[in-house]
Amino acid sequence: MNAAASRTPVPVFRISELTKVYRTGEVEVRALNGVTLDLHEGEMTVLLGPSGSGKSTFLNIVGGLDTATSGTVLFKGEELTARSERELTRYRRHHVGFVFQFYNLIPSLTAWENVALVTEIASDPMKPEEALVMAGLPDRMTHFPAQLSGGEQQRVAIARAIAKRPEVLLCDEPTGALDSKTGIVVLEALARVNEELGTTTVLITHNAAIQKIAHRVFTFLDGRISHEVVNERRIAPAEVSW
Amino acid sequence: MAMLDRKLVRDLRRLWAQGLALALVIAAGVAVIIIAVGASRSLEETRAAFYERYRFASIFATATRAPLHLNAEIARVPGVAASEPRIVQPVLLDIVGMREPATGIAVSIPDRGGQRVNQLYLRQGRLPEPGRRGEVAVVETFASAHGFAPGDRFSAIMNGRKRELTIVGIVLSPEYIYAIGPGDLVPDNRRFGVLFMSREALAGVFDMDGAFNNVVATTLLHADTRRVIEAVDALLEPYGGTGAHARKDQMSHAFLDSELTQLDAMARIIPPIFLFVSAFLVNMILSRMIALEREQIGLLKAVGYYDLSIGWHYAKLAIAISLVGLLIGAAAGTWAGRGLTRLYSDFFSFPFLIFRSSFDLYLLAGGIAIAAALAGAARSILSILSLPAAVAMRPPAPTRYRSLLGERRGLTLFSQMTVMALRHLLRWPVRSALTTLGTSLSVALLITALFTYDAIDAMIDTIYFKAERQDATLTFASERAPDAVDSAAALPGVLRAEPYRATPVILRNGHLERRLSITGLPERGDLARILDLDLNPLAPPPSGLMLNDRVARLLNVRTGDHVTVEFLERGHVTRELTVTGVVQNYVGLTAYMALDALDRALPEGPRVSGVRIRIDANELDAAYRQIKETPAIASITLLGLSRQHFRDTIAENITIMTTVYVLLGVIITFGVVYNSARIQLSERARELASLRVLGFTRMEVSSVLLIELAIIVVAAQPLGWLLGYGFAFAVAKGFESDLFRFPLVVSDATFARASLVVLFSGLVSALAVRRRVDHFDLVAVLKTRD
Repeated sequence: MNAAASRTPVPVFRISELTKVYRTGEVEVRALNGVTLDLHEGEMTVLLGPSGSGKSTFLNIVGGLDTATSGTVLFKGEELTARSERELTRYRRHHVGFVFQFYNLIPSLTAWENVALVTEIASDPMKPEEALVMAGLPDRMTHFPAQLSGGEQQRVAIARAIAKRPEVLLCDEPTGALDSKTGIVVLEALARVNEELGTTTVLITHNAAIQKIAHRVFTFLDGRISHEVVNERRIAPAEVSW
Repeated sequence: MAMLDRKLVRDLRRLWAQGLALALVIAAGVAVIIIAVGASRSLEETRAAFYERYRFASIFATATRAPLHLNAEIARVPGVAASEPRIVQPVLLDIVGMREPATGIAVSIPDRGGQRVNQLYLRQGRLPEPGRRGEVAVVETFASAHGFAPGDRFSAIMNGRKRELTIVGIVLSPEYIYAIGPGDLVPDNRRFGVLFMSREALAGVFDMDGAFNNVVATTLLHADTRRVIEAVDALLEPYGGTGAHARKDQMSHAFLDSELTQLDAMARIIPPIFLFVSAFLVNMILSRMIALEREQIGLLKAVGYYDLSIGWHYAKLAIAISLVGLLIGAAAGTWAGRGLTRLYSDFFSFPFLIFRSSFDLYLLAGGIAIAAALAGAARSILSILSLPAAVAMRPPAPTRYRSLLGERRGLTLFSQMTVMALRHLLRWPVRSALTTLGTSLSVALLITALFTYDAIDAMIDTIYFKAERQDATLTFASERAPDAVDSAAALPGVLRAEPYRATPVILRNGHLERRLSITGLPERGDLARILDLDLNPLAPPPSGLMLNDRVARLLNVRTGDHVTVEFLERGHVTRELTVTGVVQNYVGLTAYMALDALDRALPEGPRVSGVRIRIDANELDAAYRQIKETPAIASITLLGLSRQHFRDTIAENITIMTTVYVLLGVIITFGVVYNSARIQLSERARELASLRVLGFTRMEVSSVLLIELAIIVVAAQPLGWLLGYGFAFAVAKGFESDLFRFPLVVSDATFARASLVVLFSGLVSALAVRRRVDHFDLVAVLKTRD
């Protein structure tokens, strides 16, 4: 299971001194305050930390959903922070897969169609049904989101995220709205994708128990990384106790 | 199909009721464009084709008696292409089964060489043969009204002698597309007919051998009509020429023009209302949809869709709804346009009249409809661009409401439900204002439609009761000495007889001029009355003249100003006269003088053109018998019949029109109120469901919704009345022509009816939405976000 980590790590992202300041009226919120880290190819990274510690902001900037106030993000050696909105869109379209806490499926499209929504615009996608099988949902393709359970919806979201064969999969609390049993099924799907496709995976969670499935764990506090843990021994998602 | 398009199809299916309400509003705008522009084109093109193919004249002139050889000189006038001398004489018609005499105009057709101007279109039979006194071709409208076919006979009193006439042909003439009898406001085909007879025959009857009293001429392209008229006038003057005129003063042509003016007014006033409302509704529906789909939009951005493709996706929704509206509107417009054209063929005699609905018209209507929808969509779509992907992923912050005025002072005037409704209204002031405006537009539209009843009633009352109070008007074939009144007074049953004199003139003020007829009325008359602008009777001025408001405006004169009057009969006397008053008169261009003053102004001294009579109804038959035997009387107008016919004709047209407008008004109300209610419901589903959870009844919960709608619909009424009055004004102005003016009269009943229709359709739309409150799935509503 440590195939990726045992090789010499190749950095996909090199992030240094990343800072994000939000201003609402006269209040200034420093969501990120000088974060520096590398994310390695094929690695599964878990970001831990309390609400408001800056994890989501970090993920959004890395995913090209948001821009930084200062600092740099190098994706495969190329600067991300200076890109235009249109370039960021192209970056997301071809390189990044997202999984969100609340699934964010289009309610008027079926499971298969939600995946096809992405494969239509990707450059080298897999077939939507392939992605759904990989996400562990082979027999619900014609169901609408409203006809699926939370865990099933999240697996559609994972299928949608991986169908474009992204270099990086960014998951913001993917199990946050799920019970433990379903959560494990979703984590298994993510682990399988990481293993089989070698997709660099970043996973935000509140749940400290999940950290054991990652290669490395970063804990955020007040917009900074308070400490980093490298798991010598990872556990399988099924072993996670909630 | 692309996934976003699948989403589009499903969104449309989900929003079908709102979409349909909007599509109907668009359809109404499209239909009106197609009806008005299509009918206008049909009328204009058919008229142009008929005119050209049948050589309709550009110059028209009359004289008392001009020698035939003069025509050669007229034909040589530079600019004249062809001219034709004619004998045109009014005749009385005696038709079996008709108690009262009908009036007709006998027109000569050349015996040799065929018609060069105003050619006849032969519908049935043949033209009368040269010299045959008993043969006549009649216009189709008259033949249909009496069921005449070639071979049928009727009598005419021509020059005092009764003659049997045999119909040999049924024809149409470009000169009588709209054939209207003397004193009538709408065509009465039963009581008025045009007869065409051989020149030789007619000359024999009216002692016009070697002479003519009417000439029509076609002109060359680019000919200077004014110059031609001056030349023709100079030639005809020694022979009692009364001044030539161009097409715009030709009755049939002018009526068609006025119909075209009305269609253009319709096309200019009505569709913009619907397109404005549809743009607003698109905006309302789309902005709500985009608010609801923030997260989906964020997701699309996150997975790499460009802003443009997302914006296009929502624009397509607006376009798709417009296309549905276009389809409905095009079908309805084509159908109604055909109906209107059929209605026209009752009034206008064309060889053919087909509703012209060419492709470019649909393209135009569609383009306008889609442009309006996209204009409405623009703001919502632009808001997508400014929505950053990351922000879009988070639900919007709770809507910020404000306290109502007075609440801070602790006033608790309203129940919590009313406060909720009021705060919601004030939270979206622009939307509330536009919803109110949209609803008020339907009130306004209804007023615009219903006010025509008031206007027609006012017209009938003014013309037939206040101004013209006689039972009949007798017109002499030519002016007579004043003692002709005595012979009219001596007719059986005549209770009162008042003479009048009408003479053609040109009024001038500087470079402004108008051709019309001055009417001289006896100073102490009771039958014909002049009405001031407030419709109070005025005595004819002892000196000077009075003009109706249209003439005063056209000549830019006011009371006290001077006008130059050129009398066109005999010697072309010119006088400078003072305008002593501006008077009201809804029909035609009129000027009044006292009969004595008119007689003094003209060289030939006292004359009368006709007599107005009040008559004992029991003696009518005897009077008719005698009138038919009096050679001097050229025509008779029976006021009662004219009025009844006017009322019937107009009533039929207005009923059709009003039905259409009421339908349009209901469509707008439904579109606005229903959509507004649906959007409110969608915005407040959680809030309302929470109230239900807290133990409020369905009735109480829906009252929040209904109160807000009620406030909007009620507030729309006064605004609608104001706008409606404005629209009525615009319609009255738009329909105004030299022939007709619509008085701007809007009765209280009209305001009330318009409001009732809107309140009722508002209530129905609100109740349709209320049913949804009854069927709330409380758990599901509370579980979903927003």
